This record gives sequence, C-alpha cells and structure tokens, in this order.
Amino acid sequence: MSMGADLELRARVVEVLQDVVDPEIPVLSIGDLGVLRDVTVRDGTVEVAITPTYSGCPAMDMITLEIEIALARSGIGNARVRTVLSPAWTTDWMTEEGRRKLKEYGVAPPVVGAGRRALFGKDEVDCPRCGSGDTGLIAEFGSTSCKALWRCHSCREPFDYFKCH
Amino acid sequence: MAGGPGLRRFFEDENMATNTITVSETPLVLYALRRADDSLILGHRLSEWCGHAPTLEEDMALANIGLDLIGQARSLYGYAAEVEPREDGRSANDEDGYAYFRDAGQYRNLLLCEQPNRDFACTMVRQFFYSAFTDPYWRAMTSSSDPTLAAVAAKSEKESAYHLRHAAEWLIRLGDGTEESHARTQRAVDALWSFTGELFDADDAEDSLVADRLVVHPSAFRDIWSDTVDVGFARAGLRRPDGAWMQRGGRGGRHSEHLGPLLAEMQHLQRSHPGARW
Ligand SMILES: [Zn+2]
Repeated sequence: MSMGADLELRARVVEVLQDVVDPEIPVLSIGDLGVLRDVTVRDGTVEVAITPTYSGCPAMDMITLEIEIALARSGIGNARVRTVLSPAWTTDWMTEEGRRKLKEYGVAPPVVGAGRRALFGKDEVDCPRCGSGDTGLIAEFGSTSCKALWRCHSCREPFDYFKCH
Repeated sequence: MAGGPGLRRFFEDENMATNTITVSETPLVLYALRRADDSLILGHRLSEWCGHAPTLEEDMALANIGLDLIGQARSLYGYAAEVEPREDGRSANDEDGYAYFRDAGQYRNLLLCEQPNRDFACTMVRQFFYSAFTDPYWRAMTSSSDPTLAAVAAKSEKESAYHLRHAAEWLIRLGDGTEESHARTQRAVDALWSFTGELFDADDAEDSLVADRLVVHPSAFRDIWSDTVDVGFARAGLRRPDGAWMQRGGRGGRHSEHLGPLLAEMQHLQRSHPGARW
C-alpha cells in the first residue's frame, strides 16, 4: 500500500476515534481526555496507542474494546490497540474542549498545574453548577478513583471533582 | 486453621503443586516482584473491606485505593514478565502467573502489607505507615534510568499522595477522637510498629540496581518517613512506640502466618481452574 493510502487511512481512523468516549464520563472522547496518544498506519496496518489515566483504571479494557469495535464498524479491521505507560498521563493533558464539556456535564475539571498539594493542604475547586468558590470536600474518593465528592455551600448541590493527577 | 476443611482440601490438591511456576529471579525481576507483591497483597487486603466499611464513602475509598494498588501491581508484574530471562522452550511467565501461581514462599512482599485488617483503625494505621513510605519513594523513582519503572513511578506517586492524605486524616480523626477510637488506634500503632523496619531494607540484589541508577535505595527515605509519622502522631495525640526490634523476612519469602490463608482465597479459582476467564 502506498504512503498516500496510509495517510488517508490514518485520517479516517482519527475521525472514527473522535466518537470513542470514556465509559465513565461519556461526554469526553478519548482525545479530549488525553488518553489517545498516537495513531500510526504502516502498509495498511493501524496501531492505536493509548495510555491509562490511573494505574487501576478499569475503563482501559473497555476503551480498548470500544476502539476495536468502532474501527471494525467502519470497515477498518487491520488494527491493534497498544497501551503505553511512558510518558505517564496527567490531568494537564485534558484539552480545553474536554474541560469545558466536563464542567457542562456537572463535573468540576481538574485545577490546571495544581500538582500535588501538601499533606494537610486544601484544593480550591469552583462549583460546576453555580461557579461559587465556597465549596468543601465530602469524600476524597468518589464514584470512581479519578473523582472526589464535593459539595457547594452556595447552591447546596453535591458534585464530582475530577482530581488532579 | 481459620480456613477450615475447605482450606485443607485446597492445600492437599495435587494440582496445586504441579501448577506452581518457577521464576528466574534476576535482581531486576526480584525488584519488580517485591514492589508488585507489596501492592497486590495490600490491595487485596483493602478489597476485603468491600461491603463491610463503616460508611459508604469509606467503602468506596478503600475499594478505590485497593484498585490503584492492584493496578500498580499489574504494571510491575507486566514489567517483570518483560525482563525475566527465558530459557528455550519454556513459556514466559505473565501477570496472572506471578499473582496466582506462586506459593507463599515465593512472595516477596513486606510483612506489613499482609497483616490482617483487624479493625478500621488497624487498616488505616497500616495504610498510613505504607503510604508515608511509598509517597516519597515513588516520587524519587520517577527519575529512574529505566523508562518503564519511571513511568510506573509517575503514576504511583500521584496515587500514593492521595492514599497518604486519606490515611493521615483518618489517623488524626481516630487518634484525636473518642476514648475508644484513640485506644484502638494506639493499639494498632503498637501492634504494627515492628513491621515498619523492613520498609527501608535492601539486599545485594537491590544494591546492584542502585549502583546502576535503576532504583533508589529505600533507606534514603527513613528520615522523611519518620518526619511524616511524627507529624501525624503529634496531631493525632498518639505515642511513638519505644521498641527498636523489627520483624523481617517478607523480602526473602519468609512470611507471617497470615499470608497463606490470603493466597488460598485469592488464588483458589485460578489454581482449581487454570486460565479461567469471565
Ligand atoms: Zn454551586
């Protein structure tokens, strides 16, 4: 297969992958999340590289399967998904678009560049519903390992916070 | 024995002896297995709380921390499988092989990690002692000269930071709480203290990796661990035990009586039905 055909196929793969979402946060595509690292096509063989968000993220097997299904449905059968560990994913890889979608979905996006905080320090997280900064942590570990449970003292609603990693 | 007749039958099963794997423990394989075993065994212990934790939030927290640890173990077992030398004709060991088809004497985890949950205070103190070590340890390991170990460390250090904070907050809440919670927490500290010395040990195999800048010597974290523990104890109103005598053996496969029953439960299905998937 020619190089031109490979490039064309790659463009199709990238387009198909835009519809593959994180099963735990279905408004985010794997591109928005920063989990999709690379797409290579050589002689008609597709390789998709993804990176896990958290060591124990149970969504990774599901994401792998969804990628394979999405490609197969589009008639792209000669594909494999590879998991790469290095460099390690961080929440800073989430796109602007991803952060916006997350907030609309009702999940407070990770604070950019916040990194690790002191042992007894406090994060400052704005409420995704009303924007108030008057919020407090309910539980460090929420519905999934990437989220903490917070509450807003202004609008009184509980909300998920996508933790910095 | 706590496991009763079922456990005895399990140990008598002839298949069990035949499907145990052998591992070529080069220094690098040994290193990866030691750290993976720490994570897997502690992660399994935390999973025993599932459905039993004092509150729903804690049930989720312990399950999620356990999941992080088992995830770290998977990455490290995967790495061990990549670097383990293979003889001709012998199939390579894989993640599941290391987890399900090694006997207690082949496990290399810290004795601290296999200690039973007992009560919530004991579980939190165990987690605090362990995470106070792994948090700075994995951070330093991000500069390992081995890209895979550095990448595993980059994930683990962020996760460990959350685990440490969670455990430290509980340590304070329990130590500085009611008379009973204080008494139980101090009892847990006293009971687990002698298992903390092993955190800082390394042997010749690990020293050779330190020399190649692949790993950092665990003894380098003694002071920072000690500081974290003292800060936590001061806030929690807990007393640091005087005893200097430390229990050792996990790194060399000499375990307490608690590991066998844990493995019996964890490995039972794969030992009875090798390769079962669902
Ligand atoms: Zn609000």
